[in-house]
Amino acid sequence: MTKAIRRVPSVLALSAAAFASLSAHAEWGNLNMPVGVTELSKEIHSLHMTIFWWCVAIGVFVFGWMIWSLVAFRKSQGAKPDTTMVHSTKAEIIWTVIPVGILVIMAIPAARTLIAIEDMRGSEISIKATGYQWKWQYEYIGEDVSFFSQLDRQSDEARQLKSGVDPKSVQDYLLNVDNPMVVPEDTKIRMLLTGQDVIHAWWVPAFGMKKDAIPGTINELWFKVDAGKTGTYRGQCAELCGRDHGFMPVVVKVVTKEEYKVWLAAQKAAASPAPAEAPADAPAADAVAALPAAPRG
Amino acid sequence: MANSTTAHAHDDHDHKPHGIKRWLYATNHKDIGTMYLVFACAMFFMGGAMALVIRAELFQPGLQFVDPGFFNSMTTMHALLMIFGAVMPAWTGLANWMVPMQVGAPDMALPRLNNFSFWLLPFAFTLLLLTLFVPGGAPAGGWTLYPPLSLQAGDSFPLTIFAIHLMGISSILGAINVVVTILNMRAPGMGLLNMPLFCWTWLITAYLLIAVMPVLAGAVTMLLTDHFFGTSFFTASGGGDPVMFQHIFWFFGHPEVYILILPAFGVVSEIIPTFSRKPLFGYESMVYASASIAFLSFIVWAHHMFTVGMPLAGQLFFMLSTMLIAIPTGVKVFNWCATMWKGSISFETPMLFSLAFLFLFTIGGFSGLMLAIVPADFQYHDSYFVVAHFHYVLVPGAVFAIMAGVYYWLPKWSGRMYNEKVGKLHFWLSTIGVNVLFFPQHFLGLAGMPRRIPDYSTQFADWNMVSSIGAFIFGFSQLLFVYVIWSAVRSGEKAPARPWEGAHGLEWELPTPAPYHSWDTPPPRNVIAQGAMH
Ligand code: HEM
Ligand SMILES: [Cu+2]
Ligand SMILES: [Cu+2]
Repeated sequence: MTKAIRRVPSVLALSAAAFASLSAHAEWGNLNMPVGVTELSKEIHSLHMTIFWWCVAIGVFVFGWMIWSLVAFRKSQGAKPDTTMVHSTKAEIIWTVIPVGILVIMAIPAARTLIAIEDMRGSEISIKATGYQWKWQYEYIGEDVSFFSQLDRQSDEARQLKSGVDPKSVQDYLLNVDNPMVVPEDTKIRMLLTGQDVIHAWWVPAFGMKKDAIPGTINELWFKVDAGKTGTYRGQCAELCGRDHGFMPVVVKVVTKEEYKVWLAAQKAAASPAPAEAPADAPAADAVAALPAAPRG
Repeated sequence: MANSTTAHAHDDHDHKPHGIKRWLYATNHKDIGTMYLVFACAMFFMGGAMALVIRAELFQPGLQFVDPGFFNSMTTMHALLMIFGAVMPAWTGLANWMVPMQVGAPDMALPRLNNFSFWLLPFAFTLLLLTLFVPGGAPAGGWTLYPPLSLQAGDSFPLTIFAIHLMGISSILGAINVVVTILNMRAPGMGLLNMPLFCWTWLITAYLLIAVMPVLAGAVTMLLTDHFFGTSFFTASGGGDPVMFQHIFWFFGHPEVYILILPAFGVVSEIIPTFSRKPLFGYESMVYASASIAFLSFIVWAHHMFTVGMPLAGQLFFMLSTMLIAIPTGVKVFNWCATMWKGSISFETPMLFSLAFLFLFTIGGFSGLMLAIVPADFQYHDSYFVVAHFHYVLVPGAVFAIMAGVYYWLPKWSGRMYNEKVGKLHFWLSTIGVNVLFFPQHFLGLAGMPRRIPDYSTQFADWNMVSSIGAFIFGFSQLLFVYVIWSAVRSGEKAPARPWEGAHGLEWELPTPAPYHSWDTPPPRNVIAQGAMH
């Protein structure tokens, strides 16, 4: 037993090294949609996989048929054409009805997920995101907290034309911002999206959701990050919005509910200089009081 | 064959003007068809060069070559050139060449209109290309021209709008010509359901063009007045709605993608039977499937805009209608498979391109089906997955079908055979190149890379590099295409009247090269019956 325990560090180190060398090549493995960290993103991922496997199944059949014909009926192998084979009502009915069946089977779960996606009820925090050329503004509704979020300095320097900086040397190149949006885990967040100048789109792949931020309109989407999935999630603007469209990432930091309260309080304190002189624990208490809608975690 | 010789007793009466006048004043369907095809080819190379600028910049993360604003101009111009300058004119060129020959007519119904609709194009594209040199640069808001972004353009704005108007007029006139020719100039005895499928799919395409090009014209005119005359159709601050533009645009835009692909269905439906030495399976269901696709294409437009925030009922409707399109498309693919089944198949270049079409267009169809699933589309939309999808249907789809058609009919046009070896080399390089180019873009999109970005985070580096390598293979192998055509026309072997053993259709009843005026006297009924053997 003790021997085994003593071995643990070296095993850990070894697997860490293996993992590191693997992740150095991990980009080749980026082949599929991420599963995500919300209920909806998982449902979307499973819809994606279901329709994908249907396509594979149909593909095996259709491509199999094609390849079979191309091999079996080669003129060079002396194949003689059967010129009487020009029509078959039975075949046509079969290859109309079966696809209809497959589509119905797909449409039902898709519709169910779509209905869940559109259900904005019961959200606990509302955040308004406004797209600007080329940054995001986040306003925490009812909290007096509002800030801009734009590409971090390091990426911004590296991304200049012929900057000479190797993007690989920059941490989270193009996917990092100065001020990320912060939300608590396990909480239904409603995003209100609009655009200031042109249309942008707010997208975090791990949340499964993307929606346009359009001037003159407010769009909604919601997400609820699973408990225990704290961390930083990254995405990008997904609607062409001009010259620097490629350089306005969306970064969301998911924290525990307690950390969120502390963070919110600090933001408020920073926003209004007067309470900043109050005792250190006062803002935190304020923050709790200011979150009447949030259920006690 | 005896009939066709009598029908062309006066080939030597071809009084065609010589030199530049032959082309400027052209009214002959073959001359105009040639001009369309040459024009399309020029635009294909110009648009291709822009694509290579894009792919060169995307070869590695970081910005190596171009400013992001210029990059956006490249994606915008690339798409406009390829769609309106390469694929659409190539189809009109093929229609000009083939429709009169296939329906037994001497020429197109409206030859002067034909001249006009062609000559609008060089002016339209000169205007469009000029925008590269005006203050503010070429349009950079995407070929979809979404306001408010497109309204931020500099001096290129009115030039672009005017160019689009000219292209639209040209397409509408060309379409009218096809409709009138097919409906009025068919040889006596040729019923609509005796026509080859290329004529059928073009007839349907022509109606789509007439229906939706004016919609595009309306949309861009509203942009113009918003920009210059103080209206606010699409500006929120004045009470307008930018989303309305998207609805109008895609009401044009979705039928437009079928305008690009329907004639391809026609060409492939001619070539596969020829090289399978067997009539097309399910001719009538092919016609009905094309017509239903055209009809459905008017009620699915909002699948391009699931993320703009539509009511739930709207999203469900557009999801279901979009899924429905898979049915007639499937019918077509199955019919092509059944045509090859129990055939006697040989693999000349036109057949190879048609087979690649069959396989790769189907892959594009699969990704299309995936995109129809709205919740999943919330992930796919505006990512490289979409870029992979539409390139699979457009490049190995529409573009390969055009190439297949050119290889197939070139002997009839020029009287000479292309070099089969070089043709096959062109085929293999193109097919390998196009897959290396576009298949990895599926991975990129799914992994979260947005489209229309000049630079990307390092996790996307590997597949972008592969994709760029494919782009250069594909792009440069197209030079072979020009070479193989050029050398065939210059010095190819003489082709017989029916170079393909299994070819049916009136065009093959004409001598080779086809006489200047195709069917001076209508083909006799027995020839029609023989030709229309499907
Ligand atoms: C050499 C072959 C080609 C290459 C390398 C190529 C590559 C590309 C690339 C890199 C993009 C831009 C992706 C982005 O927005 O970031 C693009 C966009 C596009 N391409 Fe191609 N392409 C090729 C051929 C074609 C053809 C033949 C067509 C039309 C029939 C076409 C139609 C389009 C369209 C419609 C877009 C969308 C542009 C936009 O929305 O801004 N492409 N292509
Ligand atoms: Cu953007
Ligand atoms: Cu569409």
